Amino acid sequence: MSTQLKLSEVETYIGQYHILQGVSFEVREGEVTVLLGRNGAGKTTTLRTIMGLNPPSKGEVIYKGEVIQGLPTYTVAQKGIGYVPEDQGIFSGLTVEENMKVAMKNNDDATKERLDWILELFPDLKKFWKKQGGLLSGGQKQMLSIARAYINENDLLLIDEPSKGLAPIVVEKVMETILQMKEKTTIVLVEQNFMMASTIGDKFYIIDDGKTVSEGSMNLLKEDEEMRRKYLGIA
Amino acid sequence: MDVLINLSLNGLATGMLIFLLAAGLTLIFGLMDVLNFAHGGLFAWGAYSGTWIYATTGSFLIAIAGAILTGLILGLLTERWIIKPVYGNHVQQILITLGLMLVLSELLKVVWGPNQISASPPSYLAGSWELGNVIIIKYRVFIIAVGILVFGLVQYILKNTKIGLIVRAGVMDKEMVQALGINIQKVFMLVFMIGAGMAALGGAMLGPYSGVIYAEMGLEFAILAFIVVVIGGMGSFPGSILAAILVGVSGSFMAYYVPSLSLAVNMLLMAVVLIFRPQGLFGLKG
Ligand SMILES: Nc1ncnc2c1ncn2[C@@H]1O[C@H](COP(=O)(O)OP(=O)(O)OP(=O)(O)O)[C@@H](O)[C@H]1O
Ligand SMILES: [Mg+2]
Repeated sequence: MSTQLKLSEVETYIGQYHILQGVSFEVREGEVTVLLGRNGAGKTTTLRTIMGLNPPSKGEVIYKGEVIQGLPTYTVAQKGIGYVPEDQGIFSGLTVEENMKVAMKNNDDATKERLDWILELFPDLKKFWKKQGGLLSGGQKQMLSIARAYINENDLLLIDEPSKGLAPIVVEKVMETILQMKEKTTIVLVEQNFMMASTIGDKFYIIDDGKTVSEGSMNLLKEDEEMRRKYLGIA
Repeated sequence: MDVLINLSLNGLATGMLIFLLAAGLTLIFGLMDVLNFAHGGLFAWGAYSGTWIYATTGSFLIAIAGAILTGLILGLLTERWIIKPVYGNHVQQILITLGLMLVLSELLKVVWGPNQISASPPSYLAGSWELGNVIIIKYRVFIIAVGILVFGLVQYILKNTKIGLIVRAGVMDKEMVQALGINIQKVFMLVFMIGAGMAALGGAMLGPYSGVIYAEMGLEFAILAFIVVVIGGMGSFPGSILAAILVGVSGSFMAYYVPSLSLAVNMLLMAVVLIFRPQGLFGLKG
């Protein structure tokens, strides 16, 4: 399997704050790579750095063999990277349909197929097709955000804490969906919910204080109670 | 009765002119977070170029089209050269657009001289209709019709086209729009141009309405337009026309019945809205 995304010693400032101080990881095609770490460790900033929303000052971000740091966000997205932000980024005054339409690059058969597929997974979106995004429940917003990132033929999805604030049953639904998407695209997942992370993740990286401090296969982490306690505060 | 009708029509016409200025301001602010203090300058340029083209060609239609074109071109240059380097920096934006406002009105004086210039409508829009004892000034009706037409057109674009959808989404969350692969800079440019074009159209129509044009007219109308943007809600296009009508009509009635308060009433309207609905009547932003 080939490397799809690679970060090497990435450093990012937000204003005068040195937030990322050396983040390195590799994402292999077809896998789910999970970024773990405490609150404030720099996981969200890492995804934003990849998207060009917080461009790095040092290091390299390479996507499919091409340096992408410093590119404007829209160009990064056009290269086939879909983004599901931590706050979901729903356009609250637009309907579900309009939220999807803003994202849709094409209106071809392939896009329609993807739309049908995703609406089958999330029937609620179909049901509330004409409802304002801002009026959806937390879980429905999450589904809309995922559907919107998936609608174009993206090769990589960056998903930031999809389980945040959702009831366990909804978390399960989201998890199932990501598992199904895994068949079709590569995924970088930020997730604090260890059950979810360990169920769908292939590889993990732990970010602490803006640096990657540990990595390995997910199975390894499942057995390493010591490491989980040290960096994640869970046993 | 005839007084009421005339005051209403006068207020509506003035409201439409304010709307043409405020519409661009509110969209530019909502989408780009830019308070464009030079917007009144584009309005004045519309007035001067329109009046000049009308005097030169004798065609009011060409004059209106030429004024809009002037606005579009000035809007393009302003966005690329003046605004683009200072996106995200409010202090610099205020200083540079205020500076541009001064430059634009001084340039008018350089090109067309410092004195007021008189302007009048074409013969087919001059004069009035008499319905019983009500006298309706044709040019007022023309302004109102154009205002409604422009509103309908822009509203249609915002509601029914992809670019309109992107503009509305951008007002809510610019970052997300870009993260979906859309080059928002291009959209900024387009919206700025259209805003400038509408302002120039407003200016071109004001000349024959008030009878004279002068370099400072842009600033005077821009103040009203800013009040309208606050009342209507920053970033709300429908809010801008309703608030503009409110300001236009109340100004027209006050000027007739309580002239000493006609300026204060706008401030009062704005204060009341800010107290009870700080986001404006139709504001999306908190
Ligand atoms: N706009 C900002 N200005 C200043 N500091 C910021 C900004 N955004 C994030 N930070 C800081 O950067 C650090 C990393 O934040 P980030 O959101 O990347 O963490 P995270 O790992 O995603 O945390 P969480 O699990 O709580 O979502 C935090 O200390 C945070 O306070
Ligand atoms: Mg986060």
